[in-house]
Amino acid sequence: MSTSLVMFLVFIAITLGITYWASKRSTGSSAYFAAGRQIKGWQNGVAVAGDYMSAASFLGIAGIIAFQGYDGFLYSVGWLVAYLTVLLVVAEPLRNAGKYTMADVLAYRLKPRPVRAMASLSTLTVSTFYMIAQMVGAGTLVALLLKDSGIKFPTAVIGVGVLMIVYVVFGGMLATTWVQIIKAILLMAGTFLLSILVMAHFGFSFTNFFNAIGAVSYHDAKGVLVTKDFLTPGLRYKPPYGALDLISLGIALIFGTAGLPHILVRFYTVPDAKTARNSVVWAMVLIGSFYIMTTFLGFGAATIVGPDFIKGHGGTNMSAPLLAQALAGNIFFAFISAIAFATILAVVAGLTISASTSFAHDFWTNVIHKGVERKPGEEVRVARIAAFVVGAIAMTIAIKLGPTANVAFLVALAFAVAASANLPVIVLSIFWRRFNTVGAVMGLGVGLVASLFLIVISPSFMAIDPPTVVGAARHMIQAKAWFPLENPGIVSVPLGFLGAIIGTLLSREPSAETKFNELLVRSNTGLGAEKAVAAH
Amino acid sequence: MADTEAVKRYETTQSEWDRIAATKEFKDLMATKKIFIVPAFIFFVVYYFALPVLVGYAPTFMATKVIGVVNIAYLFALSQFFVAWLIAGLYVKAANDFDRLAADIISKAEIAQGGK
Repeated sequence: MSTSLVMFLVFIAITLGITYWASKRSTGSSAYFAAGRQIKGWQNGVAVAGDYMSAASFLGIAGIIAFQGYDGFLYSVGWLVAYLTVLLVVAEPLRNAGKYTMADVLAYRLKPRPVRAMASLSTLTVSTFYMIAQMVGAGTLVALLLKDSGIKFPTAVIGVGVLMIVYVVFGGMLATTWVQIIKAILLMAGTFLLSILVMAHFGFSFTNFFNAIGAVSYHDAKGVLVTKDFLTPGLRYKPPYGALDLISLGIALIFGTAGLPHILVRFYTVPDAKTARNSVVWAMVLIGSFYIMTTFLGFGAATIVGPDFIKGHGGTNMSAPLLAQALAGNIFFAFISAIAFATILAVVAGLTISASTSFAHDFWTNVIHKGVERKPGEEVRVARIAAFVVGAIAMTIAIKLGPTANVAFLVALAFAVAASANLPVIVLSIFWRRFNTVGAVMGLGVGLVASLFLIVISPSFMAIDPPTVVGAARHMIQAKAWFPLENPGIVSVPLGFLGAIIGTLLSREPSAETKFNELLVRSNTGLGAEKAVAAH
Repeated sequence: MADTEAVKRYETTQSEWDRIAATKEFKDLMATKKIFIVPAFIFFVVYYFALPVLVGYAPTFMATKVIGVVNIAYLFALSQFFVAWLIAGLYVKAANDFDRLAADIISKAEIAQGGK
């Protein structure tokens, strides 16, 4: 049995222990969906970081920097800055006025059924697509990291899927929170250790380190040996559309992070808005430190391991694990691999709970049964079933797509929908008195459809592959892309806002305008906000 | 202290919400928030988008080396992290005032309700 597998099993044993402990704690909706609102500020901050930093961050960004240098680092900046929108605009009003989901705030003064139905659709779209992307990544990664153990792609996907369902179904938000906290601590520790080892390799001299970054040699696509300054911009984002694509990604991040359902639900787990605010700051400290350290991970892999070697040993995503192996041998490789695995599990568990909460609370209770829970505990039971179903669907699709599937566009899609559909209606419902139901439904609808459509006609979905590319790795539509950017944010976010504003201006809804004062006072003062439930 | 889920959240009449929203205290709170949040939001958005815009449209300038191989592009990207942290820190400081003003409004509202 390989060392990696042993470390995976240790992590699984600990998290299952936590799930058992969480399942024994107090029951009830608030305990299941919001961990009784008793999570401490720092704990929630660490959990937000654990919920947010996916394998795409840990392995993906390290890989982009290892191959494309500075442009990869540029890419990582927006992931932290986006939290300022969460901090300044969304976290506190949401905690003050809502209960379990983002739709609670929208439904406050608008007609609850159409608004919740649309918000739930948007939440399920974002979460399921993001989950499929994570699961394909998890399957590929686990199969690659554990290739000596004979674990294949479908087994890996099923393993990840079953674990996330167990965490969510039995342990609810409390177990999910602690899985995310442990993952975040492991991720930070692993990244910090790797950074120290990289600096030790260069004799703790930044001069040596940066000089090495200034001259990285590798074989380019044509097989010619080239030496490039990896700190110079332009290795990834090239004219004519490179800069525009980066700006568009920035728009999706800055507006999308504050509209990601699995991040927003975390703010309901703390006792009040002030704690929610402190938890965002904690999250920013961790997330920022992590992305700064991608300098060491990515450039370390470029200079110490080298793009040529990485290409021959699993490709870009293996940059960080291979760096660990080069610096401290197989045990450290196993440790970093186990962290990557923990990273994926914590994110998919967060996605599962937000999707199932939205289905049970928004769709089942409020849309179908008009806000009445017919039997005590019904909402939690429906959420558990929904978690199981959503998990099973994501697993099936991920296995069908297979390890070579081209799924990067699913992540771009999740952020685009969050930025173009969710964020405009959240912001307008909090800040614009005139805003109404037609506006919310149109904003959500236009944002969702525009994001989906633009992704389908973008280069991530439409391209002409050479005949050597086969199966699921081929682009879905074999034609030249109609829309030149991979990230639709620059067009879809304004469209989402426009849809919401035009929809609003089409009709008047006096009751929504009357109730604005109540939402305004509640969201800004915390008067009558949902309270923490004491432990039993 | 809350010990069950049946805790009633604060409820009151529409006219009471309108009255609270119209008080000087509440207007002060909103004004105090706006004075910080609006400029802070605009500043960080402009500062952040300056990075991809400059890298995209002024690459030669951004490639100018400052210390050894370290160029303006890298330093500007790195500065984004510290600026984000700085804004977050300033916000937390400013938010202490918001909390104080809000606590005042809440206690007055609860007294008004208790007196009915």
